[in-house]
Amino acid sequence: MATLELRNVNKTYGAGLPDTLKNIELSIKDGEFLILVGPSGCGKSTLMNCIAGLETITGGAIMIGDQDVSGMSPKDRDIAMVFQSYALYPTMSVRENIEFGLKIRKMSQAAIDEEVARVAKLLQIEHLLNRKPGQLSGGQQQRVAMGRALARRPKIYLFDEPLSNLDAKLRVEMRTEMKLMHQRLKTTTVYVTHDQIEAMTLGDKVAVMKDGIIQQFGTPKEIYNDPANLFVASFIGSPPMNFIPLRLQRKDGRLLALLDSGQARCELPMSMQDAGLEDREVILGLRPEQITLASGEGNGLPSIKAEVQVTEPTGPDTLVFVNLNDTKVCCRLAPDVAPQVGETVTLQFDPAKVLLFDAKTGERLGTAGAPKAEAHSANVAQFKGR
Amino acid sequence: MTSLADKPSISLSRIAIYAVLILAVLLYLVPLVVMLLTSFKTPEDISTGNLLSWPTVVSGIGWVKAWATVNGYFWNSIKITVPAVLISTAIGALNGYVLSMWRFRGSQLFFGLLLFGCFLPFQTVLLPASFTLGKMGLASTTTGLVFIHVVYGLAFTTLFFRNYYVSIPDALVKAARLDGAGFFTIFRRIILPMSTPIIMVCLIWQFTQIWNDFLFGVVFSSGDSQPITVALNNLVNTSTGAKEYNVDMAAAMIAGLPTLLVYVVAGKYFVRGLTAGAVKG
Repeated sequence: MATLELRNVNKTYGAGLPDTLKNIELSIKDGEFLILVGPSGCGKSTLMNCIAGLETITGGAIMIGDQDVSGMSPKDRDIAMVFQSYALYPTMSVRENIEFGLKIRKMSQAAIDEEVARVAKLLQIEHLLNRKPGQLSGGQQQRVAMGRALARRPKIYLFDEPLSNLDAKLRVEMRTEMKLMHQRLKTTTVYVTHDQIEAMTLGDKVAVMKDGIIQQFGTPKEIYNDPANLFVASFIGSPPMNFIPLRLQRKDGRLLALLDSGQARCELPMSMQDAGLEDREVILGLRPEQITLASGEGNGLPSIKAEVQVTEPTGPDTLVFVNLNDTKVCCRLAPDVAPQVGETVTLQFDPAKVLLFDAKTGERLGTAGAPKAEAHSANVAQFKGR
Repeated sequence: MTSLADKPSISLSRIAIYAVLILAVLLYLVPLVVMLLTSFKTPEDISTGNLLSWPTVVSGIGWVKAWATVNGYFWNSIKITVPAVLISTAIGALNGYVLSMWRFRGSQLFFGLLLFGCFLPFQTVLLPASFTLGKMGLASTTTGLVFIHVVYGLAFTTLFFRNYYVSIPDALVKAARLDGAGFFTIFRRIILPMSTPIIMVCLIWQFTQIWNDFLFGVVFSSGDSQPITVALNNLVNTSTGAKEYNVDMAAAMIAGLPTLLVYVVAGKYFVRGLTAGAVKG
């Protein structure tokens, strides 16, 4: 059990090559569950390998507890890792797999037996102990891989996309089980995933990464409700946030976002009324669940008339797609009130929930206290094309 | 479905295929049969009968004489082959392990250069190798021959093991490192137990190569330290006295038996090892 702190960690594979990790700065408390999430190639697995000591960092420091482990070999860092491919030793039985690390650490056989029994009971793999990994199903192999990590009682667990090789149903089951396990064991954990649902459900803290840079570091709630930039806003949430490019205008002293060729006016909340935003190209972000069907006239909320293009019933909700300012906008509605295709509906949303992003840099606008992420021009190029 | 489908269908093309196959088999078997038959004949029998005729008297004299002549060289061959095979396989395994799982700067280039060893005609290295052996004081010794075979076998054994090990997932080594295992522990406890098929391939390949070698044997050994291939050549090429074909044939059979035996015993591993694809992690 220990805290984990990354101080200005850098990683590059050689002079002239782009940085794989750039100024990574984050820290978690003892017993916290940290999620590293991002698209493939964002550096999250590299960062995990650096924490494990399987790769060396080229700058900064990694602190476990109050010890700098940056120069230590993996075996001295007292960490355990679960791999995406499980990496079970194929020629050893399940028992031998779990025992391997303990034997190398010269534990007495009695202590080893006790530890194997404890872990096997915890993970319900007692009946599998004498089998070879090849004879196990994917889910069972996953449990054994976790057992191997748990047996060592390390300071920190590292999980490298441990659920991504499982089928959808098992993945959800194991996710819950993982959370349960962590609530019980309270061991500091770092968990790499590209699945934003896992990131939201499992983590105490989430670090969203892109191009080797942490875009935002915070609780799942902060990441979801208060994204630092366009990338974080688009990456977290399913279906993703709607983005509507427009130009802000000032009328009668109030800052307005005009939608639907000026038919609908959205008056921006007080926090965004500061000067400097008017006449700027911005992107307005609105989560699908924040758009509702108009309940009645005159409740003061901006309302938009639009024709339904496609509906996608998912069971608990129905996703309704309409066209707004030449942008496809998704609304998440209850199935019993969902309109039919071709119907014209009146939609409403709360201007206070609207997020604004700079159309050029992708940075969040209009929030004084929002976490700042490093400006990154690559983010923008991607969104300009939308 | 119909009764026709149940009957084995014997078509003309099928007969043709079998005919060609049987012909090929006979073609390959005839020399062996001739050798076997001749080795059990008496010299008189050989000069009167034809090649494929059954011996009038089955006589073991050819084998007895042959064994008396070549048995010393047979043991020489064993003394050269066994250590050379074991050492070159062991080093090859270690090389392959390093070149696939512990890559260093320039390891790809190193491997590429090592591969040249597979394509190098041995004739080109005879003089420098002879010079080196002389300087090492190993000229014309069994140890020297073992050394030469190990060095020139390494290119192949390294290639075998390296190509086998690249299909083993990296994560296994990473997991073992986190478990606290070091370089040799990982090799011994995790990698080697997974290597049986490729070890068999390597052993068979090296055994055949080294046992059947003539060139290095004739150049780097002399007199009593010669391997059986060279001794066989000397026996067959003697120009004094009457040609004893039964002895020649029996000696040739003796020289060929060990490799034949290795294939019969371990052949299935050879095919399995060569076709073994990715190892299920």
